[in-house]
Amino acid sequence: MNLYIPILAIGAVGFGFAIFSVLAAALTGPKRYNRARLEAYECGIEPTPQAVGGGHIPIKYFLTAMLFIVFDIEIVFLYPWAVSFDHLGLFGLFEMVIFIATVFVAYAYVWRRGGLEWD
Amino acid sequence: MIHQSAIVTADLLGKDPGWLIIVKTLLVFVFLVIMVLLSIWGERRVVARMQMRLGPNRVGPFGLLQGLADGIKLALKEDIVPKAADRIVFILAPIISATTCFMAFAVIPMTGQVSLLGRKTAFQLTDLSVGVLYILSIASVGVYGIVLAGWSSGSTYPLLGALRSSAQVISYEVAMGLSLVAVFLYAGSMSTSDIVASQDKWWYVVVLFPSFVIYTISMVGETNRAPFDLAEAEGELVGGFHTEYSSLKFALFFLAEYVNILTVSALATTLFLGGYRALPGLGFTERWLGGWFTFVWFLAKLLAFLFFFIWLRGTLPRLRYDQFMKFGWKVLIPISLVWTLIVSTLRALSLRGAPTAVIVGFTGGVVLILLVVGSLFEAAKRKEQEALSSVITKPSHFAVPQLPMSISTHRVPSAPSRSMEATDE
Repeated sequence: MNLYIPILAIGAVGFGFAIFSVLAAALTGPKRYNRARLEAYECGIEPTPQAVGGGHIPIKYFLTAMLFIVFDIEIVFLYPWAVSFDHLGLFGLFEMVIFIATVFVAYAYVWRRGGLEWD
Repeated sequence: MIHQSAIVTADLLGKDPGWLIIVKTLLVFVFLVIMVLLSIWGERRVVARMQMRLGPNRVGPFGLLQGLADGIKLALKEDIVPKAADRIVFILAPIISATTCFMAFAVIPMTGQVSLLGRKTAFQLTDLSVGVLYILSIASVGVYGIVLAGWSSGSTYPLLGALRSSAQVISYEVAMGLSLVAVFLYAGSMSTSDIVASQDKWWYVVVLFPSFVIYTISMVGETNRAPFDLAEAEGELVGGFHTEYSSLKFALFFLAEYVNILTVSALATTLFLGGYRALPGLGFTERWLGGWFTFVWFLAKLLAFLFFFIWLRGTLPRLRYDQFMKFGWKVLIPISLVWTLIVSTLRALSLRGAPTAVIVGFTGGVVLILLVVGSLFEAAKRKEQEALSSVITKPSHFAVPQLPMSISTHRVPSAPSRSMEATDE
């Protein structure tokens, strides 16, 4: 458990530094009110859909996130397998070949259906 | 034998008293901040040299204090929270980014055994048995900083920048994660100090060169750096996810970006270049000059990677987004999957004590299969190209200049249909 304390320590230092910066910025900088300055960064007009107010996000990003989860879970299985590979022997190798082949089928399907295309 | 040395490191670090943990934490923090300031200066100087300019040379000797001067300048700027922004999340996002970037560095082994203030220890904050996994997970938490910053700004450019940036980071994280499997396979551990310890004979850059290449490419994508800096493509997105940020909040994102570069470079050093180990044949330096000299080797390798980052930025133009995603998903991921299978089979063969002939035969077979597949791909591509060019070079009835087809390889099929519409009119 002792090994996790340094992580908390460096996290606390980084967090403290960040909080300090955010607070300091409010004090050190000038404050000159200007209505236009508080608007969104645009050339004149206010853009219509805003993120905070519930703007829309292209579905492609959602698809990418889903694919990421599929592959990330594959990686989660691969890591412990790789670490204990020497103990698993040939059995481990065959099992993993089958597993990767299964995921590869899904991957080929996504590719064929144009899930990896961007425009 | 490998595991024994790792247990030694973990034990060593586990016995650190509280005050030593504090001292080391502060040392690591100061090291990172100074490295960031210096690498900003170094980047600007080196890029300037590559573009036949001088770069910043006014503040301090050789302009060394330029980073600090920039920081002070940012602190004296007005701290703006846009009207449309979600105030709390807007302030929280840079804090998340800055905190997580420092946390990721905790498991990087920077020296072997050294004595610090009279205690035997190692210049490494902690040593987890899942060290590399820990870095990957903290890096994933760091993505929240980007997404929330873009979302909470209540503005179009930051939102698009954040989406791009996060899609980019997670896409290349897959390739990066897959490239690390081979390293764990050979090291038999996920602990960073274990992996360094297991490279006593050969560095993994030699043994697992394809993994190294994939990791190096994906680490550039992971940190949003040129030529993969699409998240802040000025021509398209102004500044990307931090467009609405000013003052020290912007500085925090900047800091986080550079600390992330340091972390991925340090991880590359640890996993593939033997970490703090001396160059082959120079192992005597540690014996003669003491354990702290290993830090010099670590720093040298880290700086080499930083230079590589700057070199890329000075050399390569930015990719288009579709090219970038295509490269990540259709090239890097299948290659690393196949490479993982090849490496594990080779490893299994050599563990079973298979004769060299079998191993050579297997390698030859794999190379042959890859060549065949590659040539099939090439042939398919050429066929497609020929089909396209025959469609496109058909003489038009109008006096329109020929489209330069070699440039627009994307969405080409729509071109002939457009010309058809023109004929109808």
